[in-house]
Amino acid sequence: MIRHIMADNITEHVASLCVEANIIQGEDIRRRMADSLAAERETLARNTLKILLKNADISKEEQIPICQDTGMVVVFVELGQDVHIAGGSLAQAIHDGVALGYRRGFLRASVVADPIERKNTGDNTPAVIHYDIVPGGNLTITVAPKGFGSENKSGVKMLTPADGIDGIEGFVLDTVKAAGPDPCPPLVVGVGVGGTMEKAALMAKFALTRPLDRSHPDPFWAAEEARLLDAINGLDIGPAGFGGRTTALGLNIETYPTHIAGLPVAVNIGCHVTRHGTVVL
Amino acid sequence: MDIHLRTPLGDSDIRALSVGDSVYLSGVVYTARDAAHKRIYELLKAKGGEDGEGSEGGEGAPFPFAGQVVYYAGPCPAGPGRVIGSIGPTTSGRMDRYAPTLMAHGLRCMIGKGRRSDAVLSSIVRFGGVYFIAVGGAAALMSRCVTGAEVVAFPELGTEAVRALTVVDFPLVVGIDAQGRDIYKRGIDQQGIDQRDIYQRDIDKKV
Repeated sequence: MIRHIMADNITEHVASLCVEANIIQGEDIRRRMADSLAAERETLARNTLKILLKNADISKEEQIPICQDTGMVVVFVELGQDVHIAGGSLAQAIHDGVALGYRRGFLRASVVADPIERKNTGDNTPAVIHYDIVPGGNLTITVAPKGFGSENKSGVKMLTPADGIDGIEGFVLDTVKAAGPDPCPPLVVGVGVGGTMEKAALMAKFALTRPLDRSHPDPFWAAEEARLLDAINGLDIGPAGFGGRTTALGLNIETYPTHIAGLPVAVNIGCHVTRHGTVVL
Repeated sequence: MDIHLRTPLGDSDIRALSVGDSVYLSGVVYTARDAAHKRIYELLKAKGGEDGEGSEGGEGAPFPFAGQVVYYAGPCPAGPGRVIGSIGPTTSGRMDRYAPTLMAHGLRCMIGKGRRSDAVLSSIVRFGGVYFIAVGGAAALMSRCVTGAEVVAFPELGTEAVRALTVVDFPLVVGIDAQGRDIYKRGIDQQGIDQRDIYQRDIDKKV
């Protein structure tokens, strides 16, 4: 049976998700930040975490964005194959939702039309949309506005099978070290392992949308997530890069089968704002 | 130590600051980020060259920044009844290419987040400047410190326009002081380089 979903309904939901994701800090991130404060001893690290917790309170109270970089909007769409979008195109409905949300929420327009000419599009469109066609009659939309202070510090590396788990750990740690204080630590780190070059990058991005209290389903990779997070927090970058134990609040790994010759790894750096929201229609 | 300062900062104010000091800054700061920096740099270069010979007063700049404070930031739009939207610092490293020229033309103080290049550190020492760090992402909290905002240059750049902000007790930390001490140059950032060598070499070259 075919389900019909109206395009303007999608637009409205995307707009709301853009506004909420930018104004309300995720509960999982907030919990980790509060826990981290208890573990820090140095004044600068403690003051920074206190400032960030207070900042999130203010943004919620005054309904203004947590961070002025309200990001370029990344959208993950899971379209049930029994769904028919009526009254317009799905892509346009999403772009319209971004424009509406950014205008309505007084969010910053941070997108330029051409990478070299660099003229601001004025409404934060277009979004970057990733589609997945799935069985069933639901339409699931995850909106993840991504700030570029952290995005700029991300990377992909094509390791070889011989590099193994040590190679993966080395690349993740090197990427976080190279980022240093620049991407607004404490961070959330997304890692994609396997697939092809672009699949690894996409998984690293998607990993940032998974709640921090949910581990990889495979115990091997769940343990690796914990081990890497621990190693990152031993780097002494700390909140705002002032030193301390809290360099990252969480680390999520996504994996996929890969080629006999390859071991692609991608690291997507997220900050303590790492925004995302999901709706199922 | 908590220090309260008012802009414009005098030479003795700046030289009294030490890396790691907490500073609450009040007065006027000018926002400028990537696009505004590119334009200011071009204007200054046309007037007094990259090294600012004979133009230490910042002639040619679209706003009077000599001796003033530049804040690397692009705010969110102001909602109803607000002076400004959220406004935290952006990554300073992207302005490193332009900062030495701005300093040669009279700029002394910068606010941002993240590391600076050796060239910027050398300019800070040479001209007796200071690099303040604001906490990245504390944008809602910092918007509360802003009591006035006026676009003073490049309005067509939108969020990247230059705004004169009136701020009260802007919470900052001294990231690089006038002696060239850098808060990030420790642990993994040290990389075996004695930072004193970097700017001493530069000073030696000047002498």
